[in-house]
Amino acid sequence: MEPLLLVRSLKKRYGQVIALAGVDLDLMPGEVLGLLGDNGAGKTTFIRLISGVETPDGGSMHLQNRSIDWKRYTVSSARKLGVETVHQDRALGEKQPIWRNFFMGRHYSNALGFIDANRERREVAEVLKKTLGLSGAGLHPDAPVSVLSGGERQGLAIGRAMFFDADLVILDEPTTALAHGEVEKVLRFVEEIRQKGKAAIMVSHNLAHVHRCCDRFVFFDRGRTVGNYRKEDLSLPELIGLFTGFASEGGLG
Amino acid sequence: MGFLYENRIQAAVTFILFFLVFLFMLLSPQTFLSGRIYMAYMATIPFAGIMALAMTFVVTAGEIDLSFPSVLAASGYAFAVFFELTGMPLAGVLAGLAVGVLAGLLNGLLVVGMGVPAIIATIGTQFFWRGATILVADGLALSLTEIRGTLFHDLVAGRLWGIFPAQFLWFAGLFVLFALVHSRHVFGDAVRFVGDNALAARTMGIAVARTRILVFVLMGLCAALSGILLTTEMASWWPTQGEGYMLIVFASVFIGGTSVYGGAGTMYGTLVGAIIIGIIEAGILASGLSGFWTRMVHGCVILFAVSLFAWMQAGSRRL
Repeated sequence: MEPLLLVRSLKKRYGQVIALAGVDLDLMPGEVLGLLGDNGAGKTTFIRLISGVETPDGGSMHLQNRSIDWKRYTVSSARKLGVETVHQDRALGEKQPIWRNFFMGRHYSNALGFIDANRERREVAEVLKKTLGLSGAGLHPDAPVSVLSGGERQGLAIGRAMFFDADLVILDEPTTALAHGEVEKVLRFVEEIRQKGKAAIMVSHNLAHVHRCCDRFVFFDRGRTVGNYRKEDLSLPELIGLFTGFASEGGLG
Repeated sequence: MGFLYENRIQAAVTFILFFLVFLFMLLSPQTFLSGRIYMAYMATIPFAGIMALAMTFVVTAGEIDLSFPSVLAASGYAFAVFFELTGMPLAGVLAGLAVGVLAGLLNGLLVVGMGVPAIIATIGTQFFWRGATILVADGLALSLTEIRGTLFHDLVAGRLWGIFPAQFLWFAGLFVLFALVHSRHVFGDAVRFVGDNALAARTMGIAVARTRILVFVLMGLCAALSGILLTTEMASWWPTQGEGYMLIVFASVFIGGTSVYGGAGTMYGTLVGAIIIGIIEAGILASGLSGFWTRMVHGCVILFAVSLFAWMQAGSRRL
């Protein structure tokens, strides 16, 4: 089987700061990968490159067996190749209604660019009710995102990614800053991704969450890939031990 | 959530308008119960109104443009000069609109390309365009009496059936188009998200830089349109053209409930805001009060409206 995603020596710097010094990573179809590393290890930068938000300074990527031309790789081309991303900051406009947020950057529009708002409202109402199981009083497609709780916002961001039928779902810190009950909901979403046979990359600081949801763990340290473990070879305490080793010694002991 | 509650800002601004008209009818029935004053309003409101509609896009995108009064004058001048040179109004229109687009593009490039904050960049371009225009015009006004009697004048600033001001039709058409674009077009949607959360917009694939530049270009284009209409209506161009519109345009936008923080606003609110601001002066004069009251009443209406909106916002935060 060909890998869904194949990344070689990916590099990115911001001025003097080297965010990625050369990352290699493979991902098979249907595989759920946990991306781990300390703050500043380059996880979020990696995800912003893969999802087309930013352009790397060097390195290659194959996605769905296609070689990526970085100059033409944008958020919308990433989406066309089946990549959906749930960013750390949720990427929502608080003053805008739920339906606008759901279709942000890819509205159903006619040849003149006018949006089919009724169709979008209808489909969002459906997703809110059936897929997300969100049916609180404020959860109308026309309600602004500002009335949603942290978990509901994360649910919306994930539901948005799931709706567009991706082959690869990327989740950056999906469980941070959530209440206990909401964390469980989000983890079940991630497990659902796997059940549907889709691949996923999950970035998290919470090792228990990662260990529960992922098939494989990759460690980043100062912009490089430094470790790669299968779940069957690594118990949660071993994973925690490894991670603490990284954080304190700055490398594999 | 009812329709009125969801559109409570628009409902409030509509109420303020009806209250004022009713008040003027009581104070001056002979003026406000006849049609002529309303025809006069329809002749004067479009000049600032067109720019207020465009400014609604600018403010929704979280930007500001202080250069439009000068861009109006520069475009009006280009229109006047090219009309005189060629004798063709259309050549003047193209020149005027080109100046407006160019001025808007310059603002956009300064703000988006160079990273100068919009309020600072457009103070600079405001001086630049006024100064450059006065320099080229040698500080002298231009008379365009020959434009009266052209078909162009009839279409742009004539009086249909002898009374109805043609410019109001253009203003109304532009309002419908802009309202649709602001609420239902992907460009309007991009403007909202750029003003609300530009980082999220970029992350979700909205062309943030392009949207911000286009908003300034649209503002320049509408300032030019206003300058062309005004020059045609008055059949003359003068060096201080547009100077009185600065605060009127912003007052219209903010009375209309558009958020100064970006991300939210309506064309309907701006339309009603422009009408409110536009009727006060004549209303005061017709009521037998001195013109000195005008500014203070403007101030009271603005303060009342924006306080009301702030209070409504606080109310929705408590929910």
